[in-house]
Amino acid sequence: MSKIVLKKQLSNDVYLMKLACPLIAEERKAGQFVILQLNNEYGERIPLTIADANEQEGTITIIFQVVGKTTTDLAHMNEGDEITTVVGPLGNPTHIENFGTVVCVGGGIGVAPMHPIAKAFKEAGNHVITIIGARTKDLIILEDEMKEIADELIVCTDDGSYGRKALVTEPLKEICERDPQPNRVIAIGPPIMMKFCSETTRPYKVYTEVSLNTIMVDVTGMCGGCRVNVGDEVKFVCVDGPEFDGHKVDFDNMMARLNSYKDIEQEKHECNLDKQAKAKQSS
Amino acid sequence: MSHKTLEELHKDAQKVFNELKQNADSLKPKDRIKIPAQEMPAQDPVERATNLEEVALGYTPIQAMVEAMRCIQCKNKPCITGCPVQIDIPRFIDEVAKGDFQAAINVIKENSLLPAICGRVCPQETQCQEVCTLGKSLKDVDKAVAIGRLERFVADWEREQGKIVPPKVKPDTGKKVAIVGSGPAGLVVAADVRREGHAVTIFEAFHKMGGVMVYGIPEFRLPNSIVDTEISTLKAMGVEFKTNFVVGRTRKLTDLMKKDGFDAVFVGTGAGLPMFMGIEGENLVGVFSANEYLTRANLMRAFDREQSDTPIYKSKRVAVLGGGNVAMDSARMAKRLGAEEVFVVYRRTEKEMPARVEEVAHAKEEGIVFHFLNNAKRIIGNEKGRVNAMECLKYELGEPDASGRRRPVVIEGSEFILDVDTVIVAIGNNSNPLIAQTTPEIETNKWGNIVVDDTQKTKADRVFAGGDIVLGAATVILAMGEGRRAAESINKLLAG
Ligand SMILES: Cc1cc2nc3c(=O)[nH]c(=O)nc-3n(C[C@H](O)[C@H](O)[C@H](O)COP(=O)(O)OP(=O)(O)OC[C@H]3O[C@@H](n4cnc5c(N)ncnc54)[C@H](O)[C@@H]3O)c2cc1C
Ligand SMILES: Cc1cc2nc3c(=O)[nH]c(=O)nc-3n(C[C@H](O)[C@H](O)[C@H](O)COP(=O)(O)OP(=O)(O)OC[C@H]3O[C@@H](n4cnc5c(N)ncnc54)[C@H](O)[C@@H]3O)c2cc1C
Ligand code: SF4
Ligand code: SF4
Ligand code: FES
Repeated sequence: MSKIVLKKQLSNDVYLMKLACPLIAEERKAGQFVILQLNNEYGERIPLTIADANEQEGTITIIFQVVGKTTTDLAHMNEGDEITTVVGPLGNPTHIENFGTVVCVGGGIGVAPMHPIAKAFKEAGNHVITIIGARTKDLIILEDEMKEIADELIVCTDDGSYGRKALVTEPLKEICERDPQPNRVIAIGPPIMMKFCSETTRPYKVYTEVSLNTIMVDVTGMCGGCRVNVGDEVKFVCVDGPEFDGHKVDFDNMMARLNSYKDIEQEKHECNLDKQAKAKQSS
Repeated sequence: MSHKTLEELHKDAQKVFNELKQNADSLKPKDRIKIPAQEMPAQDPVERATNLEEVALGYTPIQAMVEAMRCIQCKNKPCITGCPVQIDIPRFIDEVAKGDFQAAINVIKENSLLPAICGRVCPQETQCQEVCTLGKSLKDVDKAVAIGRLERFVADWEREQGKIVPPKVKPDTGKKVAIVGSGPAGLVVAADVRREGHAVTIFEAFHKMGGVMVYGIPEFRLPNSIVDTEISTLKAMGVEFKTNFVVGRTRKLTDLMKKDGFDAVFVGTGAGLPMFMGIEGENLVGVFSANEYLTRANLMRAFDREQSDTPIYKSKRVAVLGGGNVAMDSARMAKRLGAEEVFVVYRRTEKEMPARVEEVAHAKEEGIVFHFLNNAKRIIGNEKGRVNAMECLKYELGEPDASGRRRPVVIEGSEFILDVDTVIVAIGNNSNPLIAQTTPEIETNKWGNIVVDDTQKTKADRVFAGGDIVLGAATVILAMGEGRRAAESINKLLAG
């Protein structure tokens, strides 16, 4: 059981929560995530990155976007409520060292997991360039927090409603063309964005790390549901990852696998909305 | 084969029982041998293929007594040596024959802690029943005394009577033992160590206790309520449970001792890490490891599509690769989840299949189709990356290999297409890597299994291990046996 000690709405469908999880707060490192379940009988286990933690308070911060059943239910919970299951910290921590110049690219909700990583890179002595992007102005999160850390901050929106009108790959390409080149890129966001970031840096041979958000069930390496093709190998994201060399990841396969249950979830979601609407009508 | 109902089987047994009753004390082996072997009552095959309720219904008391009367009480007791935990089989069976079920369960519990479970899932036909004299004389292992069914019967009887008394616990010693994993190995260690008065905490990564017994083996073979009873008994003994705790991540194993003050640790983290075939198309949408498929269906309750938030793939035609219990469970589960046709594809013949004979028979009754001497060559996807078909190859049996089984040899040019939308891979597991990765002191072999000495001790100080993480994918009873041995070593260590 973990209590929700703080809840904040960051944008239309993005929420931040602080959860009381003293042990996880003590052990976690940048790049790790938790599994969360709202009901032990019928609930689903969903992975969410630890966006921040406070060891003294014994809390961790999660930032999530409402996309389906569990995230919707979670968004309906309030401060003081208890979450049945929070497991973590999971996955391998991000490999942090002083590489020189590091470009941190965060897309949409991916800015949340990027935040502690950018912070850790900065603390390790890197020159940190941060690119954050979203579809539109309302979806930009953690801009101030990133500004505090980054030596350079570039904000872009797809529709030009804020910052530069561009996809994150545009400034990324420009940075790769600088002399000297950046030493490392790390990209976190929707799979399609990570794919194109990797494609952007490939010709410049800049090592690009991506953090994969595959479907997961047990997170102990038991089910293989999280598997991805990385180069010639099959890797399990929960125990081998979540971070991999973006130039080797088979993103197309990963994206197809992420959609395995799309039809079922859609159907169920609509069915639930129907039920709610009917309940409203009859009350 | 016609299906006999429980009532019919009970009536048959009653008739035999009435005849035997008069001279029950003077039965000679030659009389006993003639007593008909009692068939296990089971749910109707057509009906059960659409529900998750237990298939085998269990003997009635009369059936149990009749079956027990078949035992000829051999002097040399070969059955006991066949049982990995050496239950005094003839003695407990004798009590069943006399109708003293309480005495019978007491005998079993001297050696086994999970009889309701072992009675259901032990591969008896290759253990206690394989060497049974009666089966040998009748030249049919299926005609051996049904030791497992009798064991199940008395364990169920005790539970249903509400007669389970938690074992006595000695006064607190002030020592603390951590157990990692709540499979059969971990549960047994917990009971045996707690009895000596040591404090015991079980750490489990999942939200439910029981390991493979709750997430892998389906409800229709081993109901969760049976495992829950065992857990409640441990709870009553004062064992503590910490679910949602991944040792190695939430806490390093060595920190359990350094920071949290545990005096010894037992690692029973099981197999995990499913193997795949390494063939083309294996990561297409619609290809699952048996572990994933069964975990979704069992633990996450996806069979209840209405209520469960965890989705499960909608399949019409399913191919299951493999020939063990895990393959049978996956195939039968797929059927229950609504698949129209389910194929088991196995590269040897039925004779070599490692699955229990009873499970194979049940699968066939439920309409599972077997493709023997076949194997997958590649899985073919559609434009959306979803499984569309599977290309197979035919095999024939060649020379025996190291395991003594005749090696399957591919027949060149024998490719054919199996029209399926789902493939479940059930060809085994490698060891769970997490503990080894995060605890360098522990030594593992080339398959990732933890290396232990004959007291179950690992290379790390005060750390013991047992079950599938040591043996590779094995069985409940072997995990239990290792657990008992480890508990003995831990108790010895803490007494000193
Ligand atoms: C290691 C890791 C870290 C993550 N960190 C975050 C985070 O910090 N914040 C955040 O908002 N999300 C994060 N995600 C994604 C998050 O887990 C999913 O959004 C969540 O599982 C959706 O659950 P749901 O029940 O609300 O939606 P569902 O009803 O399960 O699904 C709704 C839609 O989302 C898609 N979906 C399902 N599972 C995932 C998934 N794992 N990843 C992406 N899409 C999915 C489905 O295809 C479906 O179309 C992370 C995922 C992983 C694997
Ligand atoms: C589908 C299927 C059918 C089977 N059928 C039979 C059968 O009919 N008869 C039979 O005898 N055997 C059968 N087996 C095999 C049998 O279930 C196993 O041999 C047995 O369960 C092994 O027990 P164990 O205690 O070693 O581990 P497991 O039962 O595997 O339990 C290990 C537990 O440890 C937990 N864990 C793992 N890592 C960590 C960690 N880092 N921290 C905390 N917890 C952790 C896991 O979540 C799990 O709950 C079957 C197996 C499967 C998968
Ligand atoms: S525990 Fe297994 S092997 Fe031993 S007697 Fe019971 S069924 Fe037979
Ligand atoms: S071997 Fe068979 S017949 Fe002999 S004592 Fe054991 S169970 Fe009875
Ligand atoms: S989530 Fe099951 S193996 Fe990774």
